[in-house]
Amino acid sequence: MNQLARRWKREWPLHFMVVPALIFLVLFSYIPMAGVLMAFQKYIPTKGLFGSPMVGLKHFKYLLDYPDIGRIVFNTLYIATMKIIAGLAVPITIAILLNELRQEWMKRAFQTMVYLPHFLSWVLLSGIIIDVLSPSTGIINQILSLFGAKPIFFLGDNKWFPYVMVITDVWKEFGFGTIIYLAALTNINPSLYEAAEIDGAGRWKQTLNVTLPGMMPIIVLMLTLNIGNVLNAGFDQIFNLYSPQVYESGDVIDTFVYRMGIEQAQYGFATAVGLLKSVVSFILISVSYVMAYRFANYRIF
Amino acid sequence: MKKSFGRRLFLGCNLVFLTLLSLMCLMPILHILSISFSSGSAASAGKVLLWPVEFTPAAYQNVFGKPEYLRAFWVTIQRVVLGTAISMFLTILTAYPLSKETHQFGMRTFYAWIFVFTILFNGGLIPWYMTIKAVGLIDSIWALVLPGAVQVFNIILLLNFYRNLPKELEESSRIDGAGHFTTLWKIYAPLSLPALATTGLFTIVWHWNSWFDGMILMNHPDHYPLQTFLQSIIIKMDLRFLKSQDIELMQKLSDRTSKAAQIFVAAFPILVIYPVLQRFFIKGIVMGSVKE
Repeated sequence: MNQLARRWKREWPLHFMVVPALIFLVLFSYIPMAGVLMAFQKYIPTKGLFGSPMVGLKHFKYLLDYPDIGRIVFNTLYIATMKIIAGLAVPITIAILLNELRQEWMKRAFQTMVYLPHFLSWVLLSGIIIDVLSPSTGIINQILSLFGAKPIFFLGDNKWFPYVMVITDVWKEFGFGTIIYLAALTNINPSLYEAAEIDGAGRWKQTLNVTLPGMMPIIVLMLTLNIGNVLNAGFDQIFNLYSPQVYESGDVIDTFVYRMGIEQAQYGFATAVGLLKSVVSFILISVSYVMAYRFANYRIF
Repeated sequence: MKKSFGRRLFLGCNLVFLTLLSLMCLMPILHILSISFSSGSAASAGKVLLWPVEFTPAAYQNVFGKPEYLRAFWVTIQRVVLGTAISMFLTILTAYPLSKETHQFGMRTFYAWIFVFTILFNGGLIPWYMTIKAVGLIDSIWALVLPGAVQVFNIILLLNFYRNLPKELEESSRIDGAGHFTTLWKIYAPLSLPALATTGLFTIVWHWNSWFDGMILMNHPDHYPLQTFLQSIIIKMDLRFLKSQDIELMQKLSDRTSKAAQIFVAAFPILVIYPVLQRFFIKGIVMGSVKE
């Protein structure tokens, strides 16, 4: 008891500092977690969480029979996986190319330009993308028509839509992604390059045998941490760029939850879909963090 | 040492490639800027590339004369100022105890997991919305500020930064009789300027760019922040905002120039601040992710 009191006397300011943030977390993160109870209810807003009747697994059974669900899950995984792969490959390549520049100011100037889209919201970028890709006045289709091609409705055509999502997402994020790889590149021991040069390795051989192995730990780490994202196809982007005619190729879990829950007010059903997604994501993220810890000794804090 | 022909060829190609790549990132924004300064007829005829055609600031006069746009802009400024102040205060305060070792702060790991768990799992959209509604924040500026006030990633970034500061600093200030609060405000906070600039920039940009919370938490369009307002008129093309005199004006201006001007005005503050803070955030990200 005495020991506890002494410890409290020593540590109370530290507890005190955590409390404000903790209150916010309880209110806006932990209470909503308890709200997943709605997934098992016929939720009636006037009766609230405790007064609404329980319906068991009804919403989950309904989901299994929902005609479009397979397509929605496929779209989510397809778009998200392509984004993860391209989102690794492009920044790594660009970081290596940027690192070949010997003048610091040039490196920094290029970096400043390629970061730009990262800082703009998907609302603004979607406004720009809709304008640029427009089949009638868009600049891309004007250029294509110079070569005699027919105008392509990139955002209204199921053949194009998923790839437009991947390309525009990579365009927005690759510049920012190079930061972490450039930092890894500057940490590679220069004597390794000298040794390779003495052994007669050219620049290309050096890249293959020194640069890439030197970057391997960070590449593996980023890939692992991204596993948790395979259910995140990018709500902000898709919501602002899709339309009913591309639901077939572009409707994903998050947009579906939004339409069911907010637009159609099927609260219980939308919560059930969201809960399934949260649980699967939780398992994937936990596994990826454990793997990152085991293989790369990565700790979050 | 003289460079070989192949090496020089590579460096030349690399420079050309990187230049094209950077232009690809800049061009869409320059294109929009040119459209916004062009005449309505030139824009709808698709004559504008990267330079204004028949230069006119009419679209901007229209934007700044629109009370809805200015009101939304004001809501955004409020949420950026309030939101960043509250978030930064909580980040600085919370990262300090969580950066302690277990022998200094017994419950550190327990608290840390409570914070980290919220990035691993969440209740989903509907329970989140229902909670905010139950708290009574719908249609209030606080709905845009309070639910996102604790930014766990920023806390982690800052606590890793604190942990890399020399231990002797804290020890000597404790020996001088300073308590935890004094140590935090007088020693830790001033020394973490790069990390604070980074997290501050991220918070400002996050608030500036947020639109989804405004869309579902504000019932009345008068309370929309700028990005939500733009989302509703540019993407959803909500006609509630169009008045008859607007439609008349449209014929002179064209929808395209007006949209372009509104997009550019909303992007402008970001274009101004991010290059200034660039050297901070690179340092902050790299140092915040390094652990001993």
